[in-house]
Amino acid sequence: MNYFLTEEQQIIKELSGKIADEKIAPRAAEFDEAEEFPWDLIKILAESDLFAVWVPEEYGGLGGGVFEQCLVVEELSRACAAVAVSYAASALGGFPILLFGTDEQKQKFMPDIASGSKLAAFALTEPDAGSDAGNIRTTATRNEDHYVLNGTKQWITNGGEADIYTVIATMNPEKGPRGMTAFIVEKGTPGFDFGKKEKKMGIRSSSTRELIFKDCKVPACNLLDREGKGFLIAMRTLDRTRPGVAAQAVGIAQGALDKAAEYATTRVQFGKKIGEFQAIEHMLADMATQIEAARSLVYNVAWMIDAGERNISKASAMAKLFASDVAMKVTCDAVQIFGGYGYMRDYPVEKMMRDAKITQIYEGTNQIQRSIIGSAVVKEALRHK
Amino acid sequence: MNLVVLIKQVPDTTDVKIDRNTNTLIREGVSSIVNPFDMYAVEQALQIRDEHGGKITCITMGPPQAETALRETLALGVDETILLSDRAFAGADTLATSYTLAKAISELGEFDLIICGKQAIDGDTAQVGPGIAEHLDIPHVTYVSKVEEIANRHIHVRRMTEEGYDVIASSLPALITVVKEIGEPRMPSIRGTIKARKASITTWTAKDLKINEEMVGLSGSPTQVMRIFAPEIRPGGEIIEGDSPAEKAKNLISRLKESHIL
Repeated sequence: MNYFLTEEQQIIKELSGKIADEKIAPRAAEFDEAEEFPWDLIKILAESDLFAVWVPEEYGGLGGGVFEQCLVVEELSRACAAVAVSYAASALGGFPILLFGTDEQKQKFMPDIASGSKLAAFALTEPDAGSDAGNIRTTATRNEDHYVLNGTKQWITNGGEADIYTVIATMNPEKGPRGMTAFIVEKGTPGFDFGKKEKKMGIRSSSTRELIFKDCKVPACNLLDREGKGFLIAMRTLDRTRPGVAAQAVGIAQGALDKAAEYATTRVQFGKKIGEFQAIEHMLADMATQIEAARSLVYNVAWMIDAGERNISKASAMAKLFASDVAMKVTCDAVQIFGGYGYMRDYPVEKMMRDAKITQIYEGTNQIQRSIIGSAVVKEALRHK
Repeated sequence: MNLVVLIKQVPDTTDVKIDRNTNTLIREGVSSIVNPFDMYAVEQALQIRDEHGGKITCITMGPPQAETALRETLALGVDETILLSDRAFAGADTLATSYTLAKAISELGEFDLIICGKQAIDGDTAQVGPGIAEHLDIPHVTYVSKVEEIANRHIHVRRMTEEGYDVIASSLPALITVVKEIGEPRMPSIRGTIKARKASITTWTAKDLKINEEMVGLSGSPTQVMRIFAPEIRPGGEIIEGDSPAEKAKNLISRLKESHIL
């Protein structure tokens, strides 16, 4: 498929792909096994300007948008979804500042995020607030020129490694979503600490950690937008970053297909290359078709967002839902094509299948995506009555 | 620091065809890359510039399409590039090539250090770097694996040897050729790549250089390629067995007699 990328988009895609193939792929298994944060690789991404693609030029970026961000995530994910999510989570932490920050806040934080000299992270989830994000218990109270945060955030990607955190807390739990407020919290702020590092099924070299706030004093100038806007900020941010998860899913699936197709042309059984058996051929055909359909949807949603369309929740949810289900199916099939070898850690598809699962879960489970899409469809039907 | 890096565009594969009439490589239809060892030279120059500041000029001699090799180095952060391209330069051996490159470097003016890869993967001669140093009458060190220090108009380097390394100090200006141990070449950046695509590449022809035209290209090349061939595979040697050295010696003598060598 030709998606008619601009010259700059082509450069972004090619360079991300080169880094994925030459620098990330050879080390993906090693980092996965060690469950070690891939700082060496993150540094290469930073030096190559990849963190800058979605940041406006006035804040040290290259002036691209969600689409460019998706191109990078997709390419990196072909080689390693854990490196890709560490990269993407920095955008997830940075988008709230870009979308809702004051010029001063943007001037202060965005250039470091764009250069990759600092990673960002986004902290919404808590032990009792997953899909039910309105149920968070981390509190913020105003005290003269600062806010005091107390509580624990759970499963925060880039936790401990990032320097800049967008944290959603509640100033009034009884008000639910309308009581929620967003803050920028810097690593090193007294009262801000890190808890347990999770051991995961997939994306194992990425960092997933608890954030612990104990009377953490956050300066009032780090308030994002206004008090009570936290839930809206979180939802608007996720609308923009879901295509990134979708692009990650497309990349994982493409990586798995590439490996499976290559294997099918070398593995001989019954005196034939297994790719010559129709059973395998048809599997490859379905995998390729599903990936291309997912990619087309993701690219179109990203374009739509960058073009300034305001009503993006439904489309964004569709891209995430469809692409992540495709990634799960395609990676399962890739393991199947590899047979017993596919089940072994010596071959890369086993990791891809483990990595794919998270794309159906994080940034909103696929059940939540279906609820977003479904309620939008019903609303549209009612409007047309 | 004024740094000069010399690079060569080479075929991307060792599986190239040879023109039986001229005994030279047929380059048409074969994709080209920057000689991998020259990428280490570029990396070394970037490392020195990172530490000491300065300017890197990258030069190559070749057909007009060698421009793409120079653009690749621009994407990595090289400041300026010069393409030496002229029909008069064609067919040059290492003597004529090093003469032409030396003249181009003289034309640039002041320089502190020239860096080359240890050799090109197509010719494998490793002669052009040292040849340039001789033409310019400056010291050179080959097979450099590490630049230890640059201070007081001197450079301290490690030269790889088969057993280990030598530590060598040289006055500047000097020329070094580097091996892959100096460090893995960095990745280009997006900004660098965009800049490189838009950059205009300076091209110098024979007229731009103060050269003796007899000394460039085919006419300046005493090397004649007589024949190119794949060496015959020699059968493996024979190990003479025996229970003791004395018996082995006896067996060897009888084998030599059997073969009428003795």
